Amino acid sequence: MSLADMLTILSATTATLLLSVTGILLGLPIGLGLALVRWARVPLANQFVRACVSLLRATPLVTLVLLLFFALPNAGIAVGPIAAAVIALTLNTSAFNCEIWRAALIDFPKDQLEAAQSVGMRRLTYLHRIVLPQIARSSLPALISEMSQVIKVTPVLAVVGVVEITRAAVRVGAETFEPLPPFLFALAIYLPIIYALLRLQRRFELNAEMPA
Amino acid sequence: MIHDFSIVWAERNLLISGLMTTVLLSFLAATGSLMLGALLSTALVRKVGVASVAARAFADAMRCTPFLLFAYLIYFGLPSLGVRFDGWWAGAVALTAYHSAYMGEVLRATWVAQPPAPLEAGHAFGFTGFRLFRRIVLPPLIFSSAPVVGNQVIQIVKDSAFLTVIALPELTHAASSIQSRHYVPFAAFIAAVLLYWAICLTIEMGVGVVGRMAESRR
Repeated sequence: MSLADMLTILSATTATLLLSVTGILLGLPIGLGLALVRWARVPLANQFVRACVSLLRATPLVTLVLLLFFALPNAGIAVGPIAAAVIALTLNTSAFNCEIWRAALIDFPKDQLEAAQSVGMRRLTYLHRIVLPQIARSSLPALISEMSQVIKVTPVLAVVGVVEITRAAVRVGAETFEPLPPFLFALAIYLPIIYALLRLQRRFELNAEMPA
Repeated sequence: MIHDFSIVWAERNLLISGLMTTVLLSFLAATGSLMLGALLSTALVRKVGVASVAARAFADAMRCTPFLLFAYLIYFGLPSLGVRFDGWWAGAVALTAYHSAYMGEVLRATWVAQPPAPLEAGHAFGFTGFRLFRRIVLPPLIFSSAPVVGNQVIQIVKDSAFLTVIALPELTHAASSIQSRHYVPFAAFIAAVLLYWAICLTIEMGVGVVGRMAESRR
């Protein structure tokens, strides 16, 4: 494996990071929105979100991205590989984030609602000023764990032709007939990124265990 | 649209054989990784020693590795070291080894949270070593970790789909073949997605049964 090969794999890191960050940034608010729909028990929407989340959580990302990439153009929606990859990743992580946010909402102590009502706080203000800051903190470890999960599933998006770290390593391996070095090089790129998230998650877990 | 689904129905044998491969592969990987994970957790709960350091390093390394990259390492990388598998066994080995780290971590977390009294009672009754682990530590561990282990098994089922990339003829691969043969992408992949959903709901039901068993033991 030459230096040029290493640079090829290294430059594919941009694709991995762009895909992951886009998926994470879109998935966090969408997941929260879905969780709020379920929390507020909006009729019909509640049942619909529940079924969709259950289905999406059971669907492997490969299957989802293949479905979107091949079926959406049939329905008249033109999608390229990158768009299909981003949509699939966002749908996938939103479903998991929805369950994380929802668990935090369910665990939220009810007496705070009574306190807020007793001072005449509006429902939306209560949600925004009282609930959200606290559940954001309590669900942070689980959300970070889901973020590292997002990075770990990005290699699968290569089935529709997105070139990210792992795909670049496969190509180099096929050209040089020595697959082991490029794969180990790719691993060396992933390890520090995901390990940093793992450490961050552990730190917030310790913070959450300590009394406020 | 109905025509598309009738094409998939006509190819149902391919889909069923893919489903069977997914179920068998996931079952083998789930049992294997649970056993290896139990073994690993005995090292992970220790604070000192070579075994503990090695187990921690393995568990952290796996948790920082994308599954597909790990599968590639086993399938394409190991032959350069002289170890050769076919796609099926490479997939089974990759799934089992990768998820045993996660299972070990899950069991360790539950183990640490267990009350110490039964263990002390076990010691007092003269249980040591493997017998202590199998009789005293393991049974409550299985019951309290069942929901998280169930989630991990669902993860195994979903990761097995990634193996379509190394041409392992599992469910997603079967759906891909039907789609490329007849060009019915929506029907083919939706059929696969619904089957994955059915597998996952079955696993969740199984976890529910274990939960009720745990209730009745209490």
